[in-house]
Amino acid sequence: MKTDNAYNNRLLQEIRSFAKPAALMEVCGTHTMAIARAGMRDLLPENIRLLSGPGCPVCVTSQSDIDRVIQLARNPEVTLLTFGDMMRVPGSETSLQECRSRGADVRVVYSPLDALQLARENPQREMVFLGIGFETTAPTVAHTIVEAQRLKVNNFSVLSLHKIVPPALEVIFSDAQMQLDGLICPGHVSLVIGLGPYDELVSKYHKPCVITGFGDEDILEGIYMLMRQIISGQARAEIQYRRVVKPNGNPIAQKLLSRVFQPVTARWRGLGAIPGSGLTIRDSYAHFDACRRFSIPEIEEKTIKGCACGGILTGKISPAQCALFGKTCTPLNPVGPCMVSQEGACAAHYRYAPMKGRE
Amino acid sequence: MCLGVPGKIVSKDNYTATADINGNQVVVSIAMTPDVVPGQYVLIHAGFAMQIIDENEAEETMGWLLELRKLGEAYEN
Amino acid sequence: MKDERVLLAHGSGGLLSHRLVEEIFKQNWSNPYLDDMLDGATIQLPLSRIAVSTDSFVITPVFFPGGDIGKLAVCGTVNDLVACGARPLYLTAAFIIEEGFSIRQLKQIAASMAETARLAGVQLVSGDTKVVEKGSADQVFINTTGIGVLESETPLHPRRIQSGDQIIVTGQVGDHGLAILAQREGLAFSTPAVSDCAALYRINSLTSMFPGQIRCMRDPTRGGLATVLNEIADQAQMGIVVEERRIPVSPVVRGACDMLGMDPLYMANEGKMVIFAGPEQIQDMVRELRQIPETSGAEIIGEVKGNHPGMVLLETELGAKRILSALEGEHVPRIC
Repeated sequence: MKTDNAYNNRLLQEIRSFAKPAALMEVCGTHTMAIARAGMRDLLPENIRLLSGPGCPVCVTSQSDIDRVIQLARNPEVTLLTFGDMMRVPGSETSLQECRSRGADVRVVYSPLDALQLARENPQREMVFLGIGFETTAPTVAHTIVEAQRLKVNNFSVLSLHKIVPPALEVIFSDAQMQLDGLICPGHVSLVIGLGPYDELVSKYHKPCVITGFGDEDILEGIYMLMRQIISGQARAEIQYRRVVKPNGNPIAQKLLSRVFQPVTARWRGLGAIPGSGLTIRDSYAHFDACRRFSIPEIEEKTIKGCACGGILTGKISPAQCALFGKTCTPLNPVGPCMVSQEGACAAHYRYAPMKGRE
Repeated sequence: MCLGVPGKIVSKDNYTATADINGNQVVVSIAMTPDVVPGQYVLIHAGFAMQIIDENEAEETMGWLLELRKLGEAYEN
Repeated sequence: MKDERVLLAHGSGGLLSHRLVEEIFKQNWSNPYLDDMLDGATIQLPLSRIAVSTDSFVITPVFFPGGDIGKLAVCGTVNDLVACGARPLYLTAAFIIEEGFSIRQLKQIAASMAETARLAGVQLVSGDTKVVEKGSADQVFINTTGIGVLESETPLHPRRIQSGDQIIVTGQVGDHGLAILAQREGLAFSTPAVSDCAALYRINSLTSMFPGQIRCMRDPTRGGLATVLNEIADQAQMGIVVEERRIPVSPVVRGACDMLGMDPLYMANEGKMVIFAGPEQIQDMVRELRQIPETSGAEIIGEVKGNHPGMVLLETELGAKRILSALEGEHVPRIC
């Protein structure tokens, strides 16, 4: 998106004119990254605080789930296909990247359809795609599973760690300790789910929600729209990112989701087990469910000593307040997942630390 | 959490389309956007055209933001 | 033509080895130093400080838009010498070849090295080939070592950098990284991006044209521009501020990076130089650079500051400043 500096400056000026203190949470890692990369925290007035919520699928994947993935990757019959994001995420002992260096067959793909294609080209191998991501990504995986069935690709399966966002927002909104005034809602999740889930949240918790795009201009407009509501004491679900997000979302993607997946309880790092927040593969597609195809034992969740990712993901503390931040936990040697993922709040904070007061 | 980038559809067959992103060409699935036609922009994520982008929609319904944008221009001058 | 392959026997030291060297390397690289076929070359150097640099080249694919591993192996070492402020004179080249590699392609690589060396004015004076079993190497690896003579009395060094010095990048960044990435398995997109692979030998003339003005140069290869700026900030113990809007990046590279979740500032370049120079004649220097085809896209991107030593700051499009860190780990495409 082209940066229109005059307009951005105008927006910043308007935003600065709102004197009321407000804590706004972005629940999308891409927003976390975009805000950090633009140095936006430096430009916003002191009274507006931006919190980074549980918006990176890598970050919210529980360590025990990562351990299970690694166990599967070690199976010599299996080729594990994954988005690049997951390669460096540490489980309790090792990462996929390390696994690969010790001989596991782990490959990075850009699209789940590329994974299906690789499965067709290697019919003698068990090709397992690691399904990670929220409502934006899950329909692409659902479609791929439907295709695998249509094309009878019998050596393809998916380990689904997919999660959906609204139940996690519900947990955050209902937390009495959370001092939250408004939500910068994820643009690309919302292009699938639409405005409906936010309308429900607003009617229950009376906090403004604005579905926001990812350009500098989009984010500033989103913040401006939230502040307008906060100042006037209103709470509505609105769409800033109208060129992409329709009020009813994408019904085809929604249908694909419910056709292939069913909601289950999922473990989120930092938030714990949330009912109905995970997506597991339905019985009608059982053949493509890696969990049923391979025996992958449940692994007990171990907590990482000193790691405050849980508090960071819920916006209760900022990355710099974690005792490990920048000391034993750095992007090169990440301890917690918020440091591993480029989108993680800690990695973004570390890489793009604002310069206020440092110069 | 979900990277998406706009691309312009340059050609289309039954299940896939070729999208142009600043001169880069990528083949995307149009399973989520079967009605897309060449010339339209789509939002691409993980090799899928997830939604048709509608710039007009943004302009029509955001009257008060448009006002602000005009003010932005004035601010520059 | 028969598609001949490199055999293990080509590395045995016997007749086949001899033929390989004769037909591929001597034929392409013929010069008085090589033609004698001695164990080493005897070379003449002016009475001056010399610069030596060595680098090994591994790249998949071996042939890519804008170049091949041979061109890369010459340009890479030539550019390292240029970055030292030296005029490159001689190169040695050592090959490690995987059994089964195409003889035809090996010839192409040798020819491309000869052509690049000729253009850059360097002589390939010594070479070696080894053949390893299939699977022990990926097609072909090349090491080149270069020798050059320094053009000025004072060697270029980060410790010569002073507060107020200007930073030039000689053209748009990220093209090589993208051109290679697009060739990789598992990424189904095509890009018009072409590797910028080029020997920057012509930059040498600037050293004598602007005596004392150039403090330090470095070519932003692996790790990209951001990583090189961090290395120099650290070595010089100076602060660096660069402006996002002044860093040249083509729309093609920007678009592909947006799609893949990557950052042009961390993408590799093989024909660019980052130049730290005094402010007095900086505009003239940029003008001169723009006359040279390989550096025609030169821009001033930032400046050196005395405060925040070791730290690189980026002034964003929005006008905020943030840390621009070095690359950590591998720069891989991502989706989230």
